[in-house]
Amino acid sequence: MKQPKIQIRDLTLFYGEKMALNSISMEIPEKEVTAFIGPSGCGKSTFLRTLNRMNDLIPNVRITGEVLVDSLNIYDKQIDVVNLRKKVGMVFQKSNPFTKSIYENVAYGPKINGIHDRKKLEVIVETSLQKAFIWEEVKDRLHDSAMGLSGGQQQRMCIARALAVNPEIILMDEPASALDPISTAKIEELIFELKKNYTIVIVTHNMQQAARVSDLTAFFYLGELVEYGKTRKIFTTPDKKQTEDYITGRFG
Amino acid sequence: MDNPIENTGFVFSKESLRKKFRWSEFFSEKIITGVAFLSITIIVLIFFFVFRETLPIFHQKKETKKIESVQKQEQYNGEETSVAKNSAGQEQYGVITKDTLMMENQVPGEDTIVRGSDEATVKSLLGKEWLPVSDRPRYGLVPLLVGTLKITLLAILFAAPIAILAALFSAAFAPHWMREIIKPAIELLAGFPSVVIGFFALMVMASFFQNIFGYDTRLNAFVGGVAMALAAIPIIYTITEDALTAVPRSYTEASLALGASRWQTALFVTLPAATPGIFAAILLGIGRVFGETMIALMATGNAAMISVNPFESVRTLAATIGAEMAEVVFGDTHYSVLFLIGSLLFIFTFCLNALAEFYVKGRLVKRFQGK
Amino acid sequence: MSKKNRITGALFVGTTAFSAFLIIAVIIILLVVIIIGGKDTFSWEFLTSFPQDGMMKGGIFPAIYGTALLVVIMSVAAVPFGTITAIYLTEYASETSILAQTIRFAVRTLATVPSIIFGLFGLGFFIKFVGGGMDDVFLGGQLKWGQPNILWASLTMSLLTLPVVIVSVEEAIRTVPREMREASLALGATKWETIRRIVIPGSRSGIMTGTILAVSRGAGEVAPILFTGAAYYLATLPTSLSDQFMNLGYHIYIMATQSANVDQTLPIQFATTLVLLMLTFMLNLTAVIIRSRLRRKAK
Repeated sequence: MKQPKIQIRDLTLFYGEKMALNSISMEIPEKEVTAFIGPSGCGKSTFLRTLNRMNDLIPNVRITGEVLVDSLNIYDKQIDVVNLRKKVGMVFQKSNPFTKSIYENVAYGPKINGIHDRKKLEVIVETSLQKAFIWEEVKDRLHDSAMGLSGGQQQRMCIARALAVNPEIILMDEPASALDPISTAKIEELIFELKKNYTIVIVTHNMQQAARVSDLTAFFYLGELVEYGKTRKIFTTPDKKQTEDYITGRFG
Repeated sequence: MDNPIENTGFVFSKESLRKKFRWSEFFSEKIITGVAFLSITIIVLIFFFVFRETLPIFHQKKETKKIESVQKQEQYNGEETSVAKNSAGQEQYGVITKDTLMMENQVPGEDTIVRGSDEATVKSLLGKEWLPVSDRPRYGLVPLLVGTLKITLLAILFAAPIAILAALFSAAFAPHWMREIIKPAIELLAGFPSVVIGFFALMVMASFFQNIFGYDTRLNAFVGGVAMALAAIPIIYTITEDALTAVPRSYTEASLALGASRWQTALFVTLPAATPGIFAAILLGIGRVFGETMIALMATGNAAMISVNPFESVRTLAATIGAEMAEVVFGDTHYSVLFLIGSLLFIFTFCLNALAEFYVKGRLVKRFQGK
Repeated sequence: MSKKNRITGALFVGTTAFSAFLIIAVIIILLVVIIIGGKDTFSWEFLTSFPQDGMMKGGIFPAIYGTALLVVIMSVAAVPFGTITAIYLTEYASETSILAQTIRFAVRTLATVPSIIFGLFGLGFFIKFVGGGMDDVFLGGQLKWGQPNILWASLTMSLLTLPVVIVSVEEAIRTVPREMREASLALGATKWETIRRIVIPGSRSGIMTGTILAVSRGAGEVAPILFTGAAYYLATLPTSLSDQFMNLGYHIYIMATQSANVDQTLPIQFATTLVLLMLTFMLNLTAVIIRSRLRRKAK
């Protein structure tokens, strides 16, 4: 087996005095979809945010252990967090377009990377929007405000915005939780398409979704990684009782 | 795959992930932090420079000789209470002659006439006469202090009950649409320049009240106090309203659930729960009135006299600075005494603010969070 | 509930309502009186002509011009510094740090310092210390900057209005959703890039409100400029930063208290007050409207 894209070793996270993640170790393979499931408050979103160090923004967070991306510990003092986030993109639970035009939203990332050539930007914006399956819907109103898009469109535009920076890994924090079934289906289709080129980690509280889109599934409970393995196995013959209870809907 | 996005020029590698030093980041943070210090710096500078100008009162060695000769002529001791009364009964504005208004006339470094000795000045500060421009200048702060306290007391007596009751009305009783009118209206009152309120008091209120009460002195502490109340009401109202609306819903709901009516809940639950905030509101209202200059200058009559009668003229500390600073010679005793008054005002309002801040807010937090 | 109780309640609520309406009534009376007193004199010519006959007649153009110049210079100084301080408090400082709390305390203190103290400070610091120092160093002691002028008056005023800007901008910055900051950072933007491209554009309306409120405050305050640069009467408009200037508020004060014939100039005084009141009223109204929209957006 090839080198895993992300390796987590003994990761523990505290919010102040409270332990939110307890000694988590796992490996996330390249160009596959890994889903994190678990009841709310189990730490899965927090864990996702450790993978591109978004937790740095929250005061009183203390982290021990290692997260290796391409064998590089991203919690090393020598790591540049800003560039790390270009490599590890993120899509949030609530679609969060900037109050700018669609074009400006997608071009934001390339621009801060120093690309100001109009031609180049146009190509990047178009390609990104195409990859996110939204180009056809917005190509005639690129310069309208992104706030005018529907929820599902906004979310796909946010994915396009993340793709425009050309990341290798995309973290998705419940990307479809606020969307209707049709938009959700589109997002899932998109995820399926994206995994050809990107490593995707997705947090979801929707087990069907995890079963549909992911190759691997990790079940979290109370800040611990209970079980991790092939999605099919987790959903059919889990090793742990807790996992089975959750999957079958006995709690959570 | 021919992917234009991959030509963005940013390549991921060990090298690109190495911590980078970004000048713009470094400078923006340093500059922003530096600028943020400015507010603290200004406060410190105000302390320093206002105090610095008062220092000459306490050591004026260079002029000792001149002073002695002046003192010999004067042989001043004892009090002449009649002098203070001279100024009563008429409207005074401090600045009287036209040329003293034209500030071009004051040239620093001009021949300084020393009117009083350091010792005499310091002693006279505690005296009952404020006669800075007489042949024997006396800088008694007592009448100014009494005047300021009188005005403050009157203004707060008017402003506090009205503002607090109005705040209670808009926080507890008023229908939504009425609150949407009252709040902005009082915010607008807060935006009225004090010179406008002063003008209104001087031209309209003074005559109005004189017709009602029939007193002799048209401009007096009462008129000034009412006018100052107009300036203090928005402050007291706003902070009280905030404090009242900050009272947790659970308090009032508990009271209502026990069968208390809305007004009983407002009076016996909401209002007491918000007392620290209301106290802070009154403190800040006092601070506002205490340092108010233009209204005092225009509406109080500006006679430096000691009296408890609210219908007599008064001269406040702030108005004294405002009226006399323009006519003093830079650096002489009178100038320094005015700065001393400024220092007193500053210390007083600073303490009020600090008190409102630390004591009252701390209590409020404790009360609601049970710490 | 007993009848007595209900009557007490009605009386109590009535008293609170009366207090609120009393305030509103006084505001209305004040407005009406000033409008009635000033409307006959108020005209385009009044706004655009110079005073005549020792200020017994004529307009108030120099006072309007001086006030405008004052608030422009003041804003140039106060708005950037106030905005940056607000950015520091919201984006850089942690809520609990001693430094941030000290700055907040300083800002609140600054907001409660009596305006006359700023005047004293302007005199002691800007005029005597900075201005006098400039004269000594650059002009060999020749008097130019070490005396009251519009620059020192404006800078003094900017200190007074600094807290107004800080508070408004801070409130606006807090309405920029955290999600947008996160989105920007997750795209690999640095903190400063996020502030510059997302936070500041997102709080433009707050910066505008702050500026308007500061201008309104600066246009109306008189105490700080009594002895830092305002002049009773000037035959010419200020042309240099070292010139003195006329000012609406100061004009009202002088005319109402030191005019040779107060009664004769009463219409001019009312009209001048009307101009100042209208100016500050409009500015505040604009700010209140923008702000209430902003608050609704934040909800």
